[in-house]
Amino acid sequence: MPRTDIGPPDYKTMLPETIVNNYGKWKYHEILKPGVMKHVSETGGELFTVRAGSPRLVSIDFIRDVCDVADKYCDGHLRFTSRFNIELMTPDKENVDGIISDLNKLGLPVGGLGDCISNIVHTQGWIHCHSAATDASGLVKSIMDELYEYFTEFRLHAKLRIAVACCINMCGAVHCSDLAVVGIHTKPPKVNHEKLASTCEIPSVIASCPTGAIRRHSDKNINSVEVKNERCMYCGNCYTVCPSMPLSDPDGDGLAIYVGGKVSNMRKPPMFSRLAVPFIPNNPPRWPEVTDILKKIVEIYARDSKKYERLGEWIQRIGWERFFSLTSIPFTEQHIDDFTHATETYRATTQFKW
Amino acid sequence: MPSNTPLLDELEKGPWPSFVKEMKRSAGKNAKAKDLLGVVEQSYKDKITHWKHGGIVGVTGYGGGVIGRYSDLPENFPNAEQFHTIRVNHPSGWFYTTKALRTICDIWEKHGSGLTNMHGATGDIILLGTDTDQIQPAFNTLSENGFDLGGSGSALRTPSGCVGPARCEWACFDSLDLIYDLTQTFQDELHRPRWPYKFKIKASACPNDCVAAIARADFTIIGTWRDSLRIDQSAVGEYAAKGLDIKNLIAGKCPSQALDYDEKNRKLTLKPEDCVRCMHCISKMTRAIRPGKETGATILIGGKAPILRGAFLSWVLVPFIKVDPPYAEIKQLLEKIWDWWDENGRNRERIAETISRLGLKDFLKAIDLRPIPQMVYHPRSNPFVFF
Ligand code: SF4
Ligand code: SF4
Repeated sequence: MPRTDIGPPDYKTMLPETIVNNYGKWKYHEILKPGVMKHVSETGGELFTVRAGSPRLVSIDFIRDVCDVADKYCDGHLRFTSRFNIELMTPDKENVDGIISDLNKLGLPVGGLGDCISNIVHTQGWIHCHSAATDASGLVKSIMDELYEYFTEFRLHAKLRIAVACCINMCGAVHCSDLAVVGIHTKPPKVNHEKLASTCEIPSVIASCPTGAIRRHSDKNINSVEVKNERCMYCGNCYTVCPSMPLSDPDGDGLAIYVGGKVSNMRKPPMFSRLAVPFIPNNPPRWPEVTDILKKIVEIYARDSKKYERLGEWIQRIGWERFFSLTSIPFTEQHIDDFTHATETYRATTQFKW
Repeated sequence: MPSNTPLLDELEKGPWPSFVKEMKRSAGKNAKAKDLLGVVEQSYKDKITHWKHGGIVGVTGYGGGVIGRYSDLPENFPNAEQFHTIRVNHPSGWFYTTKALRTICDIWEKHGSGLTNMHGATGDIILLGTDTDQIQPAFNTLSENGFDLGGSGSALRTPSGCVGPARCEWACFDSLDLIYDLTQTFQDELHRPRWPYKFKIKASACPNDCVAAIARADFTIIGTWRDSLRIDQSAVGEYAAKGLDIKNLIAGKCPSQALDYDEKNRKLTLKPEDCVRCMHCISKMTRAIRPGKETGATILIGGKAPILRGAFLSWVLVPFIKVDPPYAEIKQLLEKIWDWWDENGRNRERIAETISRLGLKDFLKAIDLRPIPQMVYHPRSNPFVFF
């Protein structure tokens, strides 16, 4: 029998020596150049960190390659960040350039620190998820190819965090990112009446719908359910409860873009991302409409923002009406909220811009 | 010879590292990874996912940790028909020795597709793609080598935390140790789903919140301090000498106007009782300003993404708590919260939804917390008050 409930390995066994010696004693840090920072300890100890981007979906050979670099320069230690970056750490400044050049040889960009775009946090998409309305890895690759220099160079006044979620479950703080791409369904589930009763419990299917759109089939002879289409918000909750209610649809599925969210408490409190573009059809493998609009927003923000201003802070300062005019994104009926607490978003002042 | 995956091949081009290249590396020596390429190419053609819903698979003694996955194209891609995911609980702060990582690689070479996510959104190491009969052997070998599974389903999900005191001067508590301790303490909650829905714990050791705890965790622990932040005036002078516009870019951007800058004497003064500890001045003048010495954390409750009733950010529950081992107070609070949620939560309802349905007032009563102004932005404006 294997041992169960042993929990994760003790982090203390994984730390490099410089970190063990300076744990909790760090005094300050500085960003030396794109992707490189230096931490200085009360003890005088120094630690240099090189951060590199990664596609997140990686082979074991990729991990072994990065381990080789860590063995060569970092005493066999490395770490990952919550946004899938790789970090190689060394107390010797002389090692930094070697690490960078070895990482570049592996095809990995060094950057993502400070006022730039960090790696895109994202979900599984068509690689692995049953409710994905779009792919995630392909979108991320397409977006980062377009915005590559914003990762490797300091071109912004503040940090810009992008997130991609392949459905509105939004795993990964997508709802609080500066730029968020979200896979959406726009068609109600297609009920498989033959299979439904044998695969699912009808009362739980009915109860699963947050808007009450599902009811028993009106024909008593059919042991299944019906969906009131006009009440459906395509959340896919019924599908998660019952496989006989799939929503995927090649034309109905696509993407929405949300902007201006953040999680940090810096200056302004955390903010939700807000709807900028309600629907863009799936256009693999490169999703050019998505990358175009993101690039446009980033360029205007880079040009018009003030120093240290996050995207959401910039929009709050200039106002949403100005955001839509600057970016030429059309404002549509979908931008007006009609869900819970919608009225909180209606403007109750005569202060606005033309 | 024309390629079998013309659409995916497009994604090998361009400067950003390519996941398709990674898939092909595994495909070169693994039949599952090879057929995965086919399944995904088909999705790129058809614009829909080819993964079927669910499927219950797992290891003996656990209710979660493995996600069952089956393709709907078994005839075309038989090796990828079963493509289950194993979630492996990561060490705090995602620090590794290369030895530990190579061990994982070797296990996954033997028992799986050779493809991974480093890491999944919740924090686990994600081993992507194995067959039902390989799950138990893979787990046995992982366990022999000191690795355990993470959480899935209606359970405690793998707790995660920021890099904390390991490499950050702003850490107000030991996020690595707290996360490790909580994970060890609540193994049963992690591995044997028993709740209305999932429950996430995340710890960020300062208000910059590097693991997005306030947005993603049901139970959010964010480091803060109760005394005054510390200013080194000679370092302030150095920043000024180097040309930093301290008046406008630092004092001028303090959200609570707690900072005053005397340009003549190059002196920065703070009214500590006005500071809301936002981290702006600290993050921009790393050599001159640091958090205070009386450190601890704010505990917030209820962060989550949209499903079911819309997104929530976590709400303040305990404005300040000391965070020291054995973390008894935090564990007791968690247990009270889970008891209430167990009792009152509906199926697939995150705790924020249960609280918003039944009211924060009743929730506070149930977990023995007194209402205080820090919990709200402002008091109610309506007169519909229950006494
Ligand atoms: S997709 Fe969501 S809203 Fe539509 S029927 Fe299913 S549960 Fe209801
Ligand atoms: S931490 Fe924020 S609120 Fe406090 S003094 Fe600095 S800028 Fe002002």
